[in-house]
Amino acid sequence: MAEALDYTDRPWLDPEAEPFIKVQSVSKHFGDFTAVDSVDLDIYKGELFCLLGGSGCGKSTLLRMLAGFETPSSGTILIDGQNMNDVPPYERPVNMMFQSYALFPHMTVWNNVAYGLRRDKVPKSEIQQRVDEMISMVELDQFAKRKPHQLSGGQKQRVALARALVKQPKVLLLDEPLGALDKRLREQTQYELMNIQEQLGVTFIVVTHDQEEAMTLSTRIAVMDTGRFQQIGTPTEIYEFPNSRVVANFIGNANMFEGRIIENGPDHVIVESNDPKCEFFVDHGMSIQEGTKVWVALRPEKVRISKESPANSSANTIRGMVHDIGYLGGTSTYRVQVDGDHMIEITSPNMMRPRDASPPIDWDEEVYLSWDASSSVVLTK
Amino acid sequence: MNQKRSIFLLSTLAFGIAFLYIPMVLLIFYSFNKSKIVPIWGGFSTKWYVELFKSPEVWDALTLSLKIATVNACFATILGTLAGLALVRFGRFRGRTLFSGMISAPLVMPEVITGLSLLLLFIWLQSAIGWPSERGFSTITIAHITFSMAYVAVIIQSRLAGMAQDLEEAAQDLGAKPLRVLTDITLPLLAPGMLAGWLLSFTLSLDDLIIASFVTGPGATTLPILIYSRIRLGLRPDINALATIIILVVAIGVLVAGYIMLRQQKQRALDMQMTAEETP
Ligand SMILES: Nc1ncnc2c1ncn2[C@@H]1O[C@H](COP(=O)(O)OP(=O)(O)OP(=O)(O)O)[C@@H](O)[C@H]1O
Ligand SMILES: [Mg+2]
Repeated sequence: MAEALDYTDRPWLDPEAEPFIKVQSVSKHFGDFTAVDSVDLDIYKGELFCLLGGSGCGKSTLLRMLAGFETPSSGTILIDGQNMNDVPPYERPVNMMFQSYALFPHMTVWNNVAYGLRRDKVPKSEIQQRVDEMISMVELDQFAKRKPHQLSGGQKQRVALARALVKQPKVLLLDEPLGALDKRLREQTQYELMNIQEQLGVTFIVVTHDQEEAMTLSTRIAVMDTGRFQQIGTPTEIYEFPNSRVVANFIGNANMFEGRIIENGPDHVIVESNDPKCEFFVDHGMSIQEGTKVWVALRPEKVRISKESPANSSANTIRGMVHDIGYLGGTSTYRVQVDGDHMIEITSPNMMRPRDASPPIDWDEEVYLSWDASSSVVLTK
Repeated sequence: MNQKRSIFLLSTLAFGIAFLYIPMVLLIFYSFNKSKIVPIWGGFSTKWYVELFKSPEVWDALTLSLKIATVNACFATILGTLAGLALVRFGRFRGRTLFSGMISAPLVMPEVITGLSLLLLFIWLQSAIGWPSERGFSTITIAHITFSMAYVAVIIQSRLAGMAQDLEEAAQDLGAKPLRVLTDITLPLLAPGMLAGWLLSFTLSLDDLIIASFVTGPGATTLPILIYSRIRLGLRPDINALATIIILVVAIGVLVAGYIMLRQQKQRALDMQMTAEETP
């Protein structure tokens, strides 16, 4: 008997769940230029979904189409089962937090937050209560009477968030919400965002080009490149099993090797790389022809570095010379020169003080690099 | 070296200021001249001011000019704002380039041409529909609106272009219909530009001589027309007195505007300081 699966935290795996937002082959052209190229996307209720990608890849354009500021050149957007194509921005059940915050400069913080409720003709007493609550939630009580130009960047950002949240939208769109904040405030606000998301059960779509932010925040990430989605998946899936070189390079660092399949067994494949000369034994089968050109991605932290030759096989091992060591406190980064001038990057945790480690690894020393059969990822594009 | 430069700078400054203000000082000086013949000093007197206020002609001209300037400023501000909005915010509509070129044409058109063409229009209208039956207040006002509006449209256009569009989008996103966005967000933010446009239209109208002389009729004399027609018969001390009063009014206006702006700046600086102190 099949075990009843719990999908509450992973609605996208539930075959019966109905997506809350459906983007169906949506394109956006500006003249000859294609900013968004026929994308499909399903987002479920309560998700915190990140759109991640380099500058100019079409993230803001997609978000603006969801908010209604741009009309798709083709395709449809459904929110809660309703076709949004002819619905103007002021009638959509979504609110947007702008990259620039877009606070009304001639209104106080309180009036900025109250603006959306007033437009909805909410009774006065209720407005008073909801705005006050929201302002204390973002800890701005003492700033309620200020004008936006009297606030710091972080405070403005919280006003923008409060203004978008107070309407209790079904979907909140955030365009690089934390772009202007310093690292400490950024982490604090990321945490706040996740809290709010859990408390209110709003569906969040967050645009960012900071991969670390995307990894911390999201239930799922869509990696975008030149108007298309390269991959959609959970942070772990995207990091551990990228489906292309673009994704592997965009999320975190990866050592990339070009090679050929020389053996294709039912439970393993062997890839031979010529530059540097090396063999990769990968412990999962693939439906792929022998001799096909592939790439192997290897994350820096999945490589072991040691001065002694590892005992077992010759596959998944390579010898090299330490070229550079970067001490980062918690970890150290080694750049190891192998087979000519090919560089491999390794990060390893500093479990002991480097001086006490025995034996310490130093510049220009000969070392062995090795990794597990499950550590490398074979990519075909 | 430094000494030399500062002497050079000082004398340049002095020369520049003298060049600007000597004519006005002369004007004010001679307005208190007892003698009727302008360049000859006949002792101090305020009799020309008294005479001025007793002259109904001057009063009529002044009221007419102020009436025209006020009505003109109001209409020009409204129409110019609408034109500026249409040009910047409503995207690419048909004939946008033509419209934007046409709106700024009055700025570069010689006033004689503008005046002449408007006069032609009024005469043609009169024979076609019987209006305007006589030229005067209404024709001058309409003529002034046509060119003042162009100035307002340009001011509004530049302010709108500098104003981020995302504020309007944010208001829409929060549920404001387009008309609400206009009254809640766009217009309040445009208010300083509109005020500047109003003041500019007012002064443009107040000192226009050429266009007004083209489109006016026998019954209507504006202040500039009056001054000019009197001066043609020779310099007169009572006109000097009138000009002195105008200078005084303008000077007060400039000082008040300057004071208000300075106070706003100080308040802003104070606000900023307060913020900086309170945020850790
Ligand atoms: N109104 C427009 N007219 C013409 N081209 C546009 C317009 N808006 C966006 N584009 C183009 O579409 C592309 C995608 O823009 P978009 O703003 O979506 O990028 P983005 O992914 O948000 O980038 P960033 O991370 O820099 O904000 C860009 O190349 C941009 O130049
Ligand atoms: Mg963007």
